[in-house]
Amino acid sequence: MTGKTYVTIKGTKEGLVFLLDDQCEFVDLLDELNAKLDKHVQQFTGPIVHIFIKLGARHLEEEDKERIRAILRRQGNLLIQSIESDPPAADPVEIPGTSLHTMTGIVRSGQTLEYSGHLLLLGDVNPGGTIRCTGDVYILGALRGAVHAGIDGDVDAIIAASLMKPTQLRIAEIISRPPDEWTSAEPWMEYAFLRDGTMAIDKMTSLSRQRKEVMQFKGV
Amino acid sequence: MGEAIVVTSGKGGVGKTTTSANLGTALAMMGKKVCMVDTDIGLRNLDVVMGLENRIVYDLIDVAEGRCRVNQALIKDKRFDELYMLPAAQTKDKNDISPDQVRQIIESLKPDFDYIIIDCPAGIEQGFRNAIAGASQAIVVTTPENAAVRDADRVIGLLEKSNFPSPKLIINRIRPNMMRSGDMLEIEDICQVLAIDLIGIVPDDELVIKAANSGEPTVMNANSRASIAYRNIARRILGETVPLSQLEEKAGMFRKVKKFLGMG
Repeated sequence: MTGKTYVTIKGTKEGLVFLLDDQCEFVDLLDELNAKLDKHVQQFTGPIVHIFIKLGARHLEEEDKERIRAILRRQGNLLIQSIESDPPAADPVEIPGTSLHTMTGIVRSGQTLEYSGHLLLLGDVNPGGTIRCTGDVYILGALRGAVHAGIDGDVDAIIAASLMKPTQLRIAEIISRPPDEWTSAEPWMEYAFLRDGTMAIDKMTSLSRQRKEVMQFKGV
Repeated sequence: MGEAIVVTSGKGGVGKTTTSANLGTALAMMGKKVCMVDTDIGLRNLDVVMGLENRIVYDLIDVAEGRCRVNQALIKDKRFDELYMLPAAQTKDKNDISPDQVRQIIESLKPDFDYIIIDCPAGIEQGFRNAIAGASQAIVVTTPENAAVRDADRVIGLLEKSNFPSPKLIINRIRPNMMRSGDMLEIEDICQVLAIDLIGIVPDDELVIKAANSGEPTVMNANSRASIAYRNIARRILGETVPLSQLEEKAGMFRKVKKFLGMG
């Protein structure tokens, strides 16, 4: 065993909090827990003490939790209240991107709509109108103007529209204009994305395959 | 208090002045007291279309700069007692008057008239800002061409920004046969893009050119197809419900019969 402490014990109003290191080997952790309990055996006698165990970022299976409980049970007055891990930290890159902002109105010729984040427009983009957005652009209406998604270089940004008849589409650094590079105007909703650095159009239902997001559905 | 309506389009040559002259005259024919104001300073036309050019003494700039009272500058129409026009200056340009001055002049006209029709110059610069300054309602004129629709869209955006909540749309110079053959933008497509209320469609009519050259507004001619369309628009401005496609269908039926007989 090294001199580094893997187990920190803190006293609180409710009882004792055991802060267990989340980087070391689990076996080392158990060893030190054993050692600590043996060392402070005097302090752990007397009235019932509530124990809160915090695992940090470590996630344990039930049988490993049981091994910790078994060690603490050797002291008759220790009552384990909880064994907790920190909630998984949100991916920091995702935080600014996932905010979806809804706007209502028509972007007419000569008007520019700018937003950082994902944008949902309830309305049309007319020829001569422009949307510039750092994230995705979803248009519940007709896209007849120009849209630039991922203006800060996000090549995963998409542009979706109920009616896809744009004058120009841009994602990150890629500029594309129909119908030279692709044609559309299908009766179903479509989205534009970058496939190997070139603009591609696909129907909305293909997006789930591309993004592989796990959805949980209710029902059978 | 009268209602001030600006007739605008963005693009030039789509028929703003013709529309202003004909709507003004049509409203006067229906017994309303109407004043038409030409704000196209430097390129005035409304007086020519109305055949009143030789009666001009004072103009809009004279009123703005206090050289005359607004009543002195008003020209009474030669056909209707209740129809007047305020001409633009020909020797100045758009920057010689400010939106505030126009607003004041329009406000001073409102108590004396039922309708004030403001003819707007092409473009979206100072002249446009002058023209919309005194108005409370706007009519946007377009033709079934991409360029005109694009400019109309731009102007609608500017109008919405300047607190015109619901501009009305006139589609001018429609050729039903071209529209049927798909060589011209469809009315429905235009309305879908511009997304404002359609207040009238006017067929392309040679009589309009003839009338403008003779200084007689088309609405005076009962036989012109455009005349019926303008009168219908005037009735809609007065709040009547007039179905839109009446004229189109009639012309369509006639052509169909002609075509059937091998004459079309």
